[in-house]
Amino acid sequence: MALEIINPGPLSTVQDGGGKGYMQAGFPRAGVMDDYSFYKANALLHNDPNAAVIEMTMLGVKAKFTAPCRFVAAGGDFGGMLNDTPIRPNTVYQAAAGDLLSFGAAKSGCRCYLAVKGGFDVPMIMGSRSTDIKCRLGGVDGRKLQKGDLLPICPADTDASPNGASFHNPMPQGVARLRAVPGPQDDAFTADDLVLFFSQPYTVTAESDRMGMKLDGAPLQSKNGMDIISDGIAFGAVQVPRSGKPIVLMADRQTVGGYAKIATVLTCDLHIAAQLRPADRVQFVKTDLAAAQAAAVAYRKTLYSL
Amino acid sequence: MKKDYRILPCGDSAVTVQFGDVISPEINARVASAAARLADMRLDGIEDIIPTYRSFTVCYDPCAIDSGALLHALRKACKAKKDMNSGKKTVFYIPVAYGSEFGPDLHNVAAHAGITPLEVVRRHATREYMIYMLGFLPGFPYLSGMDPSLETPRLENPRTAIPVGAVGIGGKQTGIYPIASPGGWNLIGRTPVRPYDPQQAPPVIYKAGDIIRFVPITRAEYTRIAAEVKNGAYKIKTEAR
Repeated sequence: MALEIINPGPLSTVQDGGGKGYMQAGFPRAGVMDDYSFYKANALLHNDPNAAVIEMTMLGVKAKFTAPCRFVAAGGDFGGMLNDTPIRPNTVYQAAAGDLLSFGAAKSGCRCYLAVKGGFDVPMIMGSRSTDIKCRLGGVDGRKLQKGDLLPICPADTDASPNGASFHNPMPQGVARLRAVPGPQDDAFTADDLVLFFSQPYTVTAESDRMGMKLDGAPLQSKNGMDIISDGIAFGAVQVPRSGKPIVLMADRQTVGGYAKIATVLTCDLHIAAQLRPADRVQFVKTDLAAAQAAAVAYRKTLYSL
Repeated sequence: MKKDYRILPCGDSAVTVQFGDVISPEINARVASAAARLADMRLDGIEDIIPTYRSFTVCYDPCAIDSGALLHALRKACKAKKDMNSGKKTVFYIPVAYGSEFGPDLHNVAAHAGITPLEVVRRHATREYMIYMLGFLPGFPYLSGMDPSLETPRLENPRTAIPVGAVGIGGKQTGIYPIASPGGWNLIGRTPVRPYDPQQAPPVIYKAGDIIRFVPITRAEYTRIAAEVKNGAYKIKTEAR
């Protein structure tokens, strides 16, 4: 039982929740950018919460099922078609052996996740099936998918939500609001910079990728210079390099870095950031730590269930 | 005793504990022992502990450990000044073939220092290097303690591909390239051993706080060790401290 890749699209990779426990040795976590789409799609299929999926970026794959299979395409609407029938995002479908599943350009969002019943069965390395292209690890030979790849699917029972079952997963519209807690180096910035950071709308630039979302806006002026002695980097940390223009560090971020980090995006808002594309607008909303932690706990409790 | 660290929240799922604002072996030893003590507590919900020069960052699941319990554990880990764990380190003897095709920039380093290539090798291989932290690339060690006379600026034109195992000098730093990568360091030698192998457990043999010593080897020894590494017969010499 497998999925044969006929056309891989520009950047399609196998991902799961990412590899934990190896950042101390310099390994990025990798893993899905949009955890909401990922966990909800797996929940809908009654999969292991960490079952591996294909993450597609801006343009989707064309692929063929070698055996009957249930699947969900979650996140951005990439105009999916099962043979000649359009499919809706975030919805369970049943494919028959030989069925063609094809996606086009993103109509909404930036990333679409193809989850299959059982999950994709690529080798587990350091506790994860996620592709880390820079370190050439995980997924299919540590690289993005290419034409002719045959992705095995883990055997699974038939239990899943019925065909047509779906979940609500709106993509960002207008100016996306990302809540963020100041720090860990907010004290390296002037009071004016902090006000500017939390008030001006930023524009997502085309240099954004799985490592980081680079933003454009009026530059910040740090009072101590932007460099610190390198320290660890959390998912969602907003670092400010010498240009004064913030970068939100995402799934493939380096484990350590030497730029001051003005704020950290709430983990429950990172799935919104993951779906932004170049030219989209974003605004940071200052949030205190206690509220952020309460929001994180509430969010995660909803992730693993329907 | 006065608290010598600061706890800096990094959003809702990570926190950095920072000891001072300089790079020094003493502060790095504080980091290593506090991070080790926290790891030894084996608390549920702690996903990653990243030790760096003067801080460590903890990534956690706020559903599995509440912030009060985490703060309590952090304070406990950072409390003891007497470092019980400071003895738990390993010395790794890394064989290195210096010069010729293994180290095409050895002459450059020698010319910059105004000494012979052989003297560069002697000064590089007689020191002990402590690993301050791992990062940048998987298993890339940031090392302390290089002989200052060997400081050499990075190449003006970085190489597009530095081979795995290359030993180089970049400014005040020396290190080993764990994977093939672009880079601007002066390459003085190459090791046939693989400190990083994704198929081994753990994937990187050393950790922050451990010590590296470079052992000069001949071309013949390089070939022999490389063959042994390939068939899994080579064991890197280590020593517990």
